[in-house]
Amino acid sequence: MNTLLSSFAHYPILAQVSPEASGRILMDRWQFGFNLVYHYLYPQLTMGLILMIVILETLYLRRGDETYKKAANFWTRLFAPAFVIGAVTGIPLEFGFGTNWAVFSTVSGGVIGQTVALEGVFAFFVESAFLGVYLFGGEAFGRRIRWFSAFMIFIGSWASGYFILSVNSWMQNPVGFRKMADGNLALTHLWEILLNQWLFHQYIHVIGGTVVTGAFVMAGTGAYYLLARRDAEYGRMFVTIGVVVGLVASAWMIYPSGDMESQAVAAKQPIKLAAQEGVFKTTKGAPETLIGQPNVQERKIENPIKIPKVLSFLSYRSFNSKIQGLEAFPRNDWPNIPLTYYSYHIMVGLGTVFVGIMGLAAFMLWRGWLFGSTKMLWLLLLITPFPFITNTVGWITAEVGRQPWIIYGVMRTAAGASPSVDVGNIYFTIAGFAGLFLLLSVLYTLIVVKEIHEGPEPSPDTDEEDAEEDVRSIVPGLGSSREDRKPREKTTVGK
Amino acid sequence: MEIVWFILVSFMLTMYILLDGFDLGLGAIFPFVTKNEKEKKAVMKAILPVWDGNEVWLIAAGGALLLSFPLLYASSLSGFYLPLFVVFWLLILRGVGIEMRHIIDNPLWRSLWDGVFFLGSAPLPFFFGVALANVVRGVPIGGDSPYFFQPLWTDPLNPFSSTPGILDWYTVMIGLLTFSALVMHGAAYLVVKTEGGLHTSGRIFSATAWLGTIGLTAVATPLTFHIAPRRFENFVNMPWGYVFPAIAVGGLLAMVYFFLKGMDQAVFACSCAFIIGMMASTVFSVFPNVLPAVDPKNSLTIYNAAAPTHSLVVGLVVWSVGVLLAFGYFFIVYRMFRGKVTVE
Repeated sequence: MNTLLSSFAHYPILAQVSPEASGRILMDRWQFGFNLVYHYLYPQLTMGLILMIVILETLYLRRGDETYKKAANFWTRLFAPAFVIGAVTGIPLEFGFGTNWAVFSTVSGGVIGQTVALEGVFAFFVESAFLGVYLFGGEAFGRRIRWFSAFMIFIGSWASGYFILSVNSWMQNPVGFRKMADGNLALTHLWEILLNQWLFHQYIHVIGGTVVTGAFVMAGTGAYYLLARRDAEYGRMFVTIGVVVGLVASAWMIYPSGDMESQAVAAKQPIKLAAQEGVFKTTKGAPETLIGQPNVQERKIENPIKIPKVLSFLSYRSFNSKIQGLEAFPRNDWPNIPLTYYSYHIMVGLGTVFVGIMGLAAFMLWRGWLFGSTKMLWLLLLITPFPFITNTVGWITAEVGRQPWIIYGVMRTAAGASPSVDVGNIYFTIAGFAGLFLLLSVLYTLIVVKEIHEGPEPSPDTDEEDAEEDVRSIVPGLGSSREDRKPREKTTVGK
Repeated sequence: MEIVWFILVSFMLTMYILLDGFDLGLGAIFPFVTKNEKEKKAVMKAILPVWDGNEVWLIAAGGALLLSFPLLYASSLSGFYLPLFVVFWLLILRGVGIEMRHIIDNPLWRSLWDGVFFLGSAPLPFFFGVALANVVRGVPIGGDSPYFFQPLWTDPLNPFSSTPGILDWYTVMIGLLTFSALVMHGAAYLVVKTEGGLHTSGRIFSATAWLGTIGLTAVATPLTFHIAPRRFENFVNMPWGYVFPAIAVGGLLAMVYFFLKGMDQAVFACSCAFIIGMMASTVFSVFPNVLPAVDPKNSLTIYNAAAPTHSLVVGLVVWSVGVLLAFGYFFIVYRMFRGKVTVE
């Protein structure tokens, strides 16, 4: 333990507290971060995919072409298990504020409790109720209800993102509260939290990230079908929708949403800016470092490749503006420099590559070359996992970069952890989550492989599809008397 | 305002127990109540469209708790750290069990996930009862900090230890009572939703669980007042509170009548009444504490654990709109999926 601790000695967040407490707080952060990163692999997919499903359902509603319905059903089969995994891995997070960050919850609950509670009643209920209708209503309720329930899942899940991001953006940029005599925080205006300036650009950036994931997954799957020379009709549909949406979304991530994020960080969190860009010394007309390894000991970037003056321009819209370096701030206010730096650079680097690839693919699509280009289709297929990485490192930049604060400028992370939960228990629960997450990963991989292998076009002669179809239309009782219901009443036991 | 939120949070938790309670109770008897694949599928159909929505009541209750009583949220969740994570894991396994079984059409695969569904569901009612029992008995909050930590057990070979952990004879007994009550509840739901063989075995299970429930209730009630005599004070001071245990007992007894008459929906309603009555009695007896401490002067109450009044008022206005909408969705969904599932 001691060697582990000393290797983390440069964590300023831990410099304030005793060695026992620092080990505990570090594991609290690992547990929450681990759970959060794993959880968010699923919501970013489902929030992006539900938009794609609504697009397909809208096309089906307007054009009445069965292909769109089959395509929507296919994506729903991938969406539903991811939604469930996202929901069940989210429960420990909803309660994780209390289990691992008890002091933080006590102090800030009067403020963030508002939107945490609103997320439950305004978003989760909508999503789960209409998911039941959409998944299991089958054909019984007709096309419009089908479209409407998909649309409500979309509204619910994007609203859920809004409410939970209002909590995060409050932690990044606390507004609408006052400090009370007992040290706890009290809400002054709910609307200030719901209309937090930070929330606006964070929301459009994060939501854009989910659309990138959804679009890339769809394009990649379509590319697979085209390369495998099967289900070509769907392959072309998925690639077309995926590339068009993917280009718009990945461009959106850089401008305007990413640009707004950078400027807000420059204005409100200059230490994070210095850390993510690897600026140690305060500089006028600071260059943008493209590549290089930060050396925290010697406070410089090794092997750098820099573009002069660009960082100053991007941050403050002037080539000669001054960027405050890390040395301008107290050492114990620094975040983890290498982690913030690399996360940010991987995010920006991959984000730029995404725009390039999707731009090229969209151009080839327009010229009619894309479906015949094996190389480009391979590229679209292989790029599929990378949006997950980009979203994850984006969050690491945002969260690690704001350390050592749990509420920026108000409360230190080390002060927020549960005082009564010992480190041994945290190791125990991390181990449990690691095992469960491994199981969930294997299962979801299995589902993806199975569904993509079976494809969007149900083969008419297998019982397997029938079995799947069977649970997808559970409407008992009076619903069965409607004319538009499929004639699937067979023998009924009893009555 | 604190009292309003005390009622609302209790209400949310009761809704969770009522709704997810039948999923869990059904999960706990799933392998025993079904004879073949067709019946298994029918049971699954009875809960597939609704279980996820039912579970949301737990999440929504957590959010409402953080909004209204942040200190209670923080203190109880960190104090019951270990059992809570066990509950989270079980909830993950339960959900995965339900959703995985129909992914691949293979008997071995389905048996695996039926087992996971059963093993994920069955312990949960027990743990919820244990949690409630720990609250009733009181937790070791010290004088200088509102936080505490309860180990799972302290001295497993001595069930009458003076410093018990989360599991001791009393909490295990309440856990079994809750288990039995939710099995009864789940079986009653099954009876409402099915026909034929499943209907009959559902009736057998609900009758058996009814016996267990009434027996354990009869034993546990006096023992509760023996262990925590203070829990009786509210009934003495506010005799109208007897209406809650009366609802519970009335529900349990009326169940026999409707059971014999074969009025399935009334039986299920009685089961709901029993659960509501028991939950209401419990929170009534604890009031105005929200987390009683072993030393009563350290207890968390609705006053010292509440968020500031402004938060409570604003929260009430906005949050209530959401809850009313949620009722609307639930009404629609349960109406859409009303009626009996068929065994085909």
